[in-house]
Amino acid sequence: MKFIQAYKMAIKSIVSNKVRSFLTMLGVIIGVGSVIIAVGVAQGSTASITSSLSGLGSNLININITGRGSNRNVTYAEIKKFQSDNSTIIANIAPQSSSNATVKSDNLSRSTSVLGTSPEYADINSTTVQEGRFLIQLDIDYNQKIAVIGTAVANDIFKGQSPIGKTMKIMGQQFKVVGVLTQTADGVDSSTDDRVIIPISVATRLNKSATIKSFSAQATSADTVDKSVTILTAFLTKIYKNRNAFRVTNMAAVLSTLNTITSTLTVVLAGIASISLVVGGIGIMNIMLVSVTERTREIGVRKAIGAKKGNILTQFLIEALVVTGLGGIMGIIVGVSTIHFVIGGLKIVPEVYSIPWILLSFGISLLIGVVFGMYPANKAANLNPIDALAYE
Amino acid sequence: MIQITDMSKIYTMGENKVTALNRINLHISLHEFVAIVGPSGSGKSTLMNMLGCLDVPTSGSYKLDGQEISKLKDDRLAEIRNFKVGFIFQKFNLLPKLSALENVELPLVYQGVHNKEAKQRAMEALATVSLKERMHHRPSELSGGQQQRVAIARALVTRPPVLLADEPTGALDSKTGIEVMNILKELNSKGNTIILITHDNDLAAEAKRIIRISDGEITEDKEMV
Repeated sequence: MKFIQAYKMAIKSIVSNKVRSFLTMLGVIIGVGSVIIAVGVAQGSTASITSSLSGLGSNLININITGRGSNRNVTYAEIKKFQSDNSTIIANIAPQSSSNATVKSDNLSRSTSVLGTSPEYADINSTTVQEGRFLIQLDIDYNQKIAVIGTAVANDIFKGQSPIGKTMKIMGQQFKVVGVLTQTADGVDSSTDDRVIIPISVATRLNKSATIKSFSAQATSADTVDKSVTILTAFLTKIYKNRNAFRVTNMAAVLSTLNTITSTLTVVLAGIASISLVVGGIGIMNIMLVSVTERTREIGVRKAIGAKKGNILTQFLIEALVVTGLGGIMGIIVGVSTIHFVIGGLKIVPEVYSIPWILLSFGISLLIGVVFGMYPANKAANLNPIDALAYE
Repeated sequence: MIQITDMSKIYTMGENKVTALNRINLHISLHEFVAIVGPSGSGKSTLMNMLGCLDVPTSGSYKLDGQEISKLKDDRLAEIRNFKVGFIFQKFNLLPKLSALENVELPLVYQGVHNKEAKQRAMEALATVSLKERMHHRPSELSGGQQQRVAIARALVTRPPVLLADEPTGALDSKTGIEVMNILKELNSKGNTIILITHDNDLAAEAKRIIRISDGEITEDKEMV
């Protein structure tokens, strides 16, 4: 018997039992649909996290100084010279020394964070000013007591007036405001809006500590990130004589850790969703066993007029495959349209359709058809024709 | 064409052994019209199962069309049934979801006959039983007599050497029963070998040879004149 004829018979039998066939498919539809939705949500969140993280700059390298096991230190001048010696690899490097302080205008005050840094900071972190100017090298070289302030600070202590040219006090010392940072958050105070930036040379004096606790560096391109980390580590090891005195990290490493986590998340979610696929498979086996019993006489007739075991087995297996295949296709439609209309509509996470996972879940649904269809089909194929013909 | 030698069938049920057929010898030639008659429990159904290659004997030999059947495996038996035996059942046994034409095509489908040819041959077979106009009807849309005629067409379509009719009129009223018997007689006159299995002596009287069976043994074998 040709495959196409077995296929036609299977279609006929499915169509003549529409409601039952649909209910049987439902398990597979839900299974495949939920795998696709689960993977879509997981990969959508991954995409959204990754894109916001890489917006921070994947060329970024952070250096944290713990000072553990060492009494030496790296100065701003040393690290700046190192950068200019390696400018083809490291584009920029900026010291960071932050502390919390109360800042005051004539009659208003606010507690905020004070960051001492250099002009390169603006390039590394894509920081811009909406008014006035950012730090310049001269401010650092001449220990200028000037400040660039965030909008939250400006609104609080200058109450709507332009702060440019005004004076404010930080830890009792007088500073002149030269710029206002571009607002980053809408309405809510974010840490990037709630801060004051001053020259690093002034900050170390203010804190009465020459130690710079951290630096941020920027590699010339994504390709030189690894090399930058290597030479920075070598340079700092030479100074501190101790690998534990500092830590060099970069965003790419963070991203790759994140990718590991999210791909695990994807597999876990898909795994949970595929349990419903297996349950659907058991449903198919159940219905097919009923169907074999109901059709005992038909099987007897087919065998009497010349059907071999293989013919009967193929017929029932193809029925199972057509049911799971159709269920799989409907599941894909349900899954993809849910992602498109619900997830895409709510705009919580971006719409992501994973073709490999869609194909995989379809493949698994066919596999389930074979696995769970085999037992009932085999039972049908092995019926004794005499007994089957006598079955009422 | 059918040669049965010392054929026995013994069923084992738990510890009991039931001898359904006891060392039967039988010869049936081509173009014969034989009735096998016996009450229920006589071994008549067992003999029919053997003749139809639905089962194999416990011992002895059965040759159909020159081929030894008694040692064959299931799938080979299915092939023999497909090519060499045409079954006509008491309850017609048509597949309810297929049309008359598709029912008649089915044995050819299992033979692997090409679609177009199968359809052509099935239509010819239906024409033989004068049902060509109803070929697209389902069994449920046909009367009992018509259903049995479809079943006869299905048995004929493979042009088997033997037609095996098991109480073919049992589910029909007497008038349509006579019609069906007339078809069988006509087929015999065209050269088909027919074996009719029945418990009804009047029906058996229509055949040219009557074999009586009782308690698993042949008690009478006579040619009608």
